[in-house]
Amino acid sequence: MVSPTHYMLLSATLFMIGVFGVLTRRNIIIIFMSIELILNAVNINLMAFSLQWQNSIGQVFTLFVIAVAAAEAAVGLGIILAFYRNKETINIDEMNVMRW
Amino acid sequence: MDLIWLIPIIPGVGALLNGLFGVRYFSRQTAAGVACITMAGALGLSVFAFWQLLGLDPASRVHDVVLATWIPKIPLQLADGRIGAFEVPWAFRLDPLSAMMILVVTGIGFLIHVYATAYMLDEPRGGYARFFCYLNLFCFFMLTLVLGSNFLVMFVGWEGVGLCSYLLIGYWYERKSAADAGKKAFITNRVGDWGFILGMFLVFVTFGTFDFRVVAERAAAMPVEMQFGTLSTICLLLFIGAAGKSAQIPLYVWLPDAMEGPTPVSALIHAATMVTAGVYMVGRNAVLFSQAPIVMEVVAIVGVLTALMAASIGLVQNDIKRVLAYSTVSQLGYMFTAMGVGAFAAGAFHLMTHAFFKALLFLGSGSVIHAMAGEQDMRRMGGLKKYLPVTFVTMLIGTLAIAGIPPLAGFFSKDEILLSAFLSNKAVWLIAVVTALMTAFYMYRLVSMTFFGEYRGPAWAGAHHVAMAAHTHSLDVREAAIHGAPHPADAGAHGQAHRVDHETTHGPADSAGHGHGHGHGHGEWHGPHESPRAMTLPLMVLAVGAMVAGFVGVPAALFGNNAISTFLQPSFSPPAAVAHAAPEAGAGRGAPAEAAAAHEAGGAEAHHISEAAEVGLMAFSVAIGVLGIFLAYRFYVQHPDISEQLARRFAAAHRWLLNKYYVDEFYDATVVDGTVKSAHGLWTVDRKVVDGVVNGAGALTVVTSWLSGLTDRTVVDGVVNGLGRTVEEASFTFRRVQTGLVQNYALLMLFGVFAFVTIYLFAR
Repeated sequence: MVSPTHYMLLSATLFMIGVFGVLTRRNIIIIFMSIELILNAVNINLMAFSLQWQNSIGQVFTLFVIAVAAAEAAVGLGIILAFYRNKETINIDEMNVMRW
Repeated sequence: MDLIWLIPIIPGVGALLNGLFGVRYFSRQTAAGVACITMAGALGLSVFAFWQLLGLDPASRVHDVVLATWIPKIPLQLADGRIGAFEVPWAFRLDPLSAMMILVVTGIGFLIHVYATAYMLDEPRGGYARFFCYLNLFCFFMLTLVLGSNFLVMFVGWEGVGLCSYLLIGYWYERKSAADAGKKAFITNRVGDWGFILGMFLVFVTFGTFDFRVVAERAAAMPVEMQFGTLSTICLLLFIGAAGKSAQIPLYVWLPDAMEGPTPVSALIHAATMVTAGVYMVGRNAVLFSQAPIVMEVVAIVGVLTALMAASIGLVQNDIKRVLAYSTVSQLGYMFTAMGVGAFAAGAFHLMTHAFFKALLFLGSGSVIHAMAGEQDMRRMGGLKKYLPVTFVTMLIGTLAIAGIPPLAGFFSKDEILLSAFLSNKAVWLIAVVTALMTAFYMYRLVSMTFFGEYRGPAWAGAHHVAMAAHTHSLDVREAAIHGAPHPADAGAHGQAHRVDHETTHGPADSAGHGHGHGHGHGEWHGPHESPRAMTLPLMVLAVGAMVAGFVGVPAALFGNNAISTFLQPSFSPPAAVAHAAPEAGAGRGAPAEAAAAHEAGGAEAHHISEAAEVGLMAFSVAIGVLGIFLAYRFYVQHPDISEQLARRFAAAHRWLLNKYYVDEFYDATVVDGTVKSAHGLWTVDRKVVDGVVNGAGALTVVTSWLSGLTDRTVVDGVVNGLGRTVEEASFTFRRVQTGLVQNYALLMLFGVFAFVTIYLFAR
């Protein structure tokens, strides 16, 4: 029997993998993918509680998050493309013009 | 009579025309015409007004004309605490005294205007018109002075004539001595005016009005002041003013110097009219003065001393105009003596006759000066009788008149004064008699030195033209020779006198600087000659005046009725008393009814002296006059060496007199020098103390501002810069936080979230 705890553990694992990816990788695309992992960890959480409480609001939220994530991916990829055209690279460490 | 306000205005209009347009545009004829016609108009109106006045009843011979309001009513507190109304109208008053004065001013003024048309002909065109403008302006102010019915209107005229006197004395303003003389006259008069103004203030706070009649009325109502009180103070202050204007001790010094002006000016202003303004003013306030017997005594003493002093100076002067100037001062002293002994009518009478013969003498001297090409030193005249017959005869008449030879004008008026003085104070009478002797002497000396004897003047180019070139040169040589070897009439004091006498008016330097230096515009002089008709005619008219003017005042002792005394009497009596006083005025010798009470002794004696004694006194004074003339004749015509010997024997006294008692030097040393010294002192104070304070304050400001700048630069700027540097230093440390690595920021956020969640979960 799959209990909510299992879902949560899965979600936490996925979230931590995402966070790790965001903090450690230099490739912007990969960081982007890691952010998707974080979002999906949240989605799993929402689905789990929706199932637990027999409440469909969680599912509705999940659908919203997927839609927003899609939009965000489009905007993010646009930014990355623009960045690449300027810098000829997608290394996050080169994105440092705001520092002192 | 309602037109009397026109009498001053007409010459005023003439002055305006000549002043505004004449100097620029008028020809000589037009300028002279304007001046003479306006004066003739004023004369005509004056005669008409006089004639109308004579037609009135003696007790009501007063006519007021109010032209306009000058100062509207202003409430002012008076001496006794009441509130008076300070109100001054432009009011003119015709009464016997002012009627006589306007006749004298316009009549003699007109003659002198006519005379001046010829005398001033050598002036440039603009200067000619300017001269007549001033002369007319003078007449305007003089007529305002005598016609004014209150103190303030009189004061306007008073100051105005002073101004014109200044302008006319300094008419030849390029000459320093003339400009200086003008200033001297003006400043000396200012001292007198100070007294006059203070007197006026006191008149207002005492009586609450400026109107002469009201003042007289209220003064008559007050008790006679045997002790020195308010009335005495007023009178003394007014007398100071009169002494300034009428050249009395100690303010007489300006009048002899005033001879720097053209001769018609000397005749009109400094002999006939303006200088008598002081006498007129005292006469105008006769009632007031009668209430202050102490001041009356002062007036008499000052007058008689002035007469004596000026006459004694006149004995030895060599400048023809200067002799006449001192004679004028002396005669004015006579008038004040008359006023002082209460014989107001006699003083006014003498004023009138003096105006005739002194104007005559001055104009005659002008004619002589004209003939001698500007020469004024009598030592270089002589024997002019045959060249200037008309001038000689007329001046001789004037001389006899002033010496008091009957039946000429001076005899009656002077005798009137001597008689009044005799009745009031024997000492005054004695001095006056001595003065009369001197007067006769110096006047005949003048005539002798000018008209009799040998001609001593410079030679003139007759037929030979070669001498012409050397003419001025020879004048210089002659001058030097005269300086080297003093002329008999001059003795040893000559050189010194020339040095001291800084305003000396004789010598070639004079004829050179003299605007009117003869020449007839051709630059040549053909010897002494008679003056043109325009100058001799006024002389003749005045000579006739000097002969007959006295007959209006023939005393009762000589079977006359002393018409002028009777006529003038109402002007010297309080208004209320006029009605009673008029009938007895003929008997009372000029002492007004109220004054008769004050001068009980004098008044009583006046009635008691026998007519025989009166005639005896007259004979005595005539004898004195004849004696003076005889002495002068002996000293200067018969034995010219006697005067020289006398001068040598009494060298000290002679020098003393020649230098006019050193009064000018005394005034220079005290008043002038004192003023200059104290001004220097004040200047030093200004330089040292005031400038020191100002400069010190400036220096202090500079030092403090420098200090303040230093503080600003070091302390304030230091704080600001130090703060900036501190912040800059600190930022080196802190800016390292901004790495620019996105993942660093993300990590920190993660730590933060963990921290907050941990606190939330466990520390709650």
